Amino acid sequence: MDFTSLNFVVLIAALMVASVPIMLAAIGELVVERAGVLNLGVEGMMIIGAVCGFIAAVETGSPFLGFLGGAVGGAVLSLIFAVLTQTLLANQVATGLALTLFGLGLSSLLGQNYVGMKPPVTGKVPFGPLADLPVVGPILFGHDWVVYFSILIIAIVWWALKATRLGLILRAVGENHDAAHSLGYNVRRIRLGAIMFGGAMAGMGGAYVSLVRVPQWTDGITAGAGWIALAIVVFASWRPWRVMLGSYLFGGITVLQLNMQAAGSAIPVQYLSMAPYLITILVLVIMSSGKGRAALNAPASLGQNFHATR
Amino acid sequence: MERRNVLKGGAALGLSLALGPKAVLAAGKPKVGFILVGPKNDNGWSQHHYEAIKKAEEKFGDAVEIVVQESVPEGADAERVMSQMALSGAGLIFATSFGYMDAVQNVAAKFPKVMFEHATGYKSSANSATYNARFYEGRAVCGHIAGKMTKTNKIGYIGSFPIPEVIQGINSSYIHAHKANPKVEISVVWISAWFDPAKEADATKALLDQGCDVVLSHTDSTAPLATLKTAGAYGFGQSADMAEFAPKPRLSSIIDNWAPYYEERIKAIVDGTWKTQNIWYGIKEKMVVIGEISDAVPPDVKAEAEKIRDSIADGSYHPFQGPLNKQDGSVWVKEGEKPDDGTLLGLNFYVEGIKGAIPS
Amino acid sequence: MLRLEKRPNPSRFWIYGTPFLAVALTMIAGGIMFALLGKDPVAAIKLIFLDPLFNGDVASYSRPQILVKAAPLVLISIGLSLGFRAGVWNIGAEGQYVMGAIFGAATGLAFYPTESRLVFPLMVLAGAFGGFIWAMIPAILKTRFRTSEILVSLLLVYVAKQILASAALSFLKNPEGAGFPGSRNLAQIPAMANGELIAGTGLHWGGVAAFLAVGAAYVLLQRHILGFQIKLAGQAPRAARFAGVNPDRLVVLCMGLSGALAGLAGLFEVTGPAGQITIDFGVGYGFTAIIVAFLGRLNPLGILFAGLLMALTYIGGELAQFMLGLPAAAIQAFQGMLLFFLLAVDLLSNYRVRLIGWGAR
Repeated sequence: MDFTSLNFVVLIAALMVASVPIMLAAIGELVVERAGVLNLGVEGMMIIGAVCGFIAAVETGSPFLGFLGGAVGGAVLSLIFAVLTQTLLANQVATGLALTLFGLGLSSLLGQNYVGMKPPVTGKVPFGPLADLPVVGPILFGHDWVVYFSILIIAIVWWALKATRLGLILRAVGENHDAAHSLGYNVRRIRLGAIMFGGAMAGMGGAYVSLVRVPQWTDGITAGAGWIALAIVVFASWRPWRVMLGSYLFGGITVLQLNMQAAGSAIPVQYLSMAPYLITILVLVIMSSGKGRAALNAPASLGQNFHATR
Repeated sequence: MERRNVLKGGAALGLSLALGPKAVLAAGKPKVGFILVGPKNDNGWSQHHYEAIKKAEEKFGDAVEIVVQESVPEGADAERVMSQMALSGAGLIFATSFGYMDAVQNVAAKFPKVMFEHATGYKSSANSATYNARFYEGRAVCGHIAGKMTKTNKIGYIGSFPIPEVIQGINSSYIHAHKANPKVEISVVWISAWFDPAKEADATKALLDQGCDVVLSHTDSTAPLATLKTAGAYGFGQSADMAEFAPKPRLSSIIDNWAPYYEERIKAIVDGTWKTQNIWYGIKEKMVVIGEISDAVPPDVKAEAEKIRDSIADGSYHPFQGPLNKQDGSVWVKEGEKPDDGTLLGLNFYVEGIKGAIPS
Repeated sequence: MLRLEKRPNPSRFWIYGTPFLAVALTMIAGGIMFALLGKDPVAAIKLIFLDPLFNGDVASYSRPQILVKAAPLVLISIGLSLGFRAGVWNIGAEGQYVMGAIFGAATGLAFYPTESRLVFPLMVLAGAFGGFIWAMIPAILKTRFRTSEILVSLLLVYVAKQILASAALSFLKNPEGAGFPGSRNLAQIPAMANGELIAGTGLHWGGVAAFLAVGAAYVLLQRHILGFQIKLAGQAPRAARFAGVNPDRLVVLCMGLSGALAGLAGLFEVTGPAGQITIDFGVGYGFTAIIVAFLGRLNPLGILFAGLLMALTYIGGELAQFMLGLPAAAIQAFQGMLLFFLLAVDLLSNYRVRLIGWGAR
């Protein structure tokens, strides 16, 4: 049997690491979309984050500053999107796609002199003897800080959206920007903040690819992770904890299919390779056909530009 | 800048001052084009071609103009890029990926006076040659080292797509690992991509999690070695030496050494002696080079590996020398025989002992 | 400070003027980038925009190639634009493009060897059907289960690419190809080839289909009730429902139509310029077409020009690469800039920009 040779503790620990980039990018994009903005440039921001993070880490020797650099790089790139869509009222779908094209090109130019270098190692958080515990050790206490940070940021976004005034305003802006405007909120400034948060998270997710997952810089290193992150937001029906669920599900199936191949599964490889996508679709269908009607949770103003007439 | 160099270019080009730069380009200075399938800094296949191009550029200096186009998709785009190169005066064009094969044939038919060189394909004509490297010879050496170095008796292999070149590599690796260590098993993971660093890293992790402690890769990035380094396991450089990962995890490497071939063929164009040919060079011709075997490998294993390398080079040994059975147990190569190149080039089955099916 | 005032009617001058302004701005910004990379900016920009059209050595070849490159982009974009207008988001045209090629090629190769002239029309039908079926999956999941078509169509791209790899490696593999992946070369089989129709123009059946699609979409949107429904559903979904527009029917229609056109584009590409099914057959036309659709402001004629402009920068970018040694990434960034500027100055046609003093609001 296929499953008997698989070690599920190792598998869960591996999927938690594999999911970090898409989870960070997706939670950032969730905030952007909850503010009513659709930024399809996640892939572009991720790869800029990957290269900026790598450069920052190599130049300073500090992985922490690397992640910071990745976040700053992603946020700066997202500013282009913000100016175009918020100030110049350009179409969000097209601007987002252009952002990806631009980001892929720019990252390659920036990274030219960094190919083949090694970044400083992002170490595991020292939990001491806890990390040696069976089962919970590798799963709960065996990771680097970014893994915990990614979960923490989900919790913070969930709490902020649910329980804070800022979250309330953000949601109001996303649901009905005209009403939010007439209540005296600065729609544009709030969206700008959301877009930059999204850029920073995508950039950090990208930096995780170039600093931890791979770890090196090469052109096109994010290889489509940004698109998956976008899919995860819709999959999560714009709810933070479901972003985590979706990321772990997708990352989990990806890791599982590779492990099943390595363990000599009898299932033909071509079906295993399709599995992450097909199973995501299947779960989505089940979720959206249930009583929750997930797809209807989309923010009402999503993708519409706002122009104050007064 | 380029033009000034042309005008400065010495006695051979002395005539040029009278004829103007255009005539020089047409008459005196051959133009050579290269198209790469990936970015020139992909850390793997394309970068290695590009480094060979740079060497040729240094060698010929101003005598030859070399133009390079990176990230050219296979198919219609490749055909267009090569046509434009030919129209702008290139006399020799190298297409450095298998997928350019039909495009090369189409363009070669359109431009009979332009010569073409296609890597790893099987179609040629009066003005188009093919060149390929016997990567599987390098796999034999690495396979032996892998068999000796594994403690868990499990080695991993990351495959891109199940094409003959990759199947040759898996078979050769397994045959020699198995000869070195009869208890060895091989796990193959296919990632359906030539270049996807994150997925290559994940695949390496999956192989490690399944108990492999030596992993060979047949993809383009250094991600597997980077992952192996963190885990303390072993691997090999692929296409490039990847010496930055020595002595551990990189035990040795299979280097695609294109530079001498490029220099030879460009020289043939300069001299006017270029003729079509189909070559499949290996360790003997130094198109496949075994990178230095690191100190992590015990001296006796190192000596054995070098002996395999040398016996392949002098022709006394063939990596697919019989007796060999197919995966289903039927006879493939009889005792004392070796398969012909046609069979190898189209190899589409595993040898006996490898588990699992080739994806279809 | 800048202040925007909405115009009562879009400015005619700026509707036609903005593309030129955007190209001019891109030349400036791109020129700075090229100069920073140590290349002659004037030469680079001339190579990108003018040499494909006027260079003495290559233009006679490059000019028709613009049409070859633009044809699939325009064909796919036209289909997508109808959906986008109606609020139906088909992001997975790349997958439908690939499936169209696979279905068409498989149909043709099933009759191999044949000299029948009926094979090519049959392949065209099969190609359209392949794209249609692939687009029907998200359409039906949307109407039946309210599953997001954005997500499903996007994820199906990855599935289609996997099927493509399988096709190239097994069920469509050339039996005379010495075990290498890839199908027979359809462009070399007379009964299945989609060759140049008028020598020296680059026009193949895909180009004809693209022009027909532009014309049909124009008539549909201007004259037909369905075109009206599409526009209404996009602009005022609630009003559309009162007007008797069935949203589910519109989803199926828009997805099906865009899928079929993408499938057609794939079929014309695999039988013509690309020639064969290979692992890397999908080179991203389906994604670029989304950009083209928006650049053309979802307007059929606009899409035609946007497609030609994109094709020009691709081909000019190639020339700039090997003639000047510009990295491919610089061309990619340059295209990104062009899009940014086109999108940025677009507002001039709908808004008036006023300069007002600091402090005034």
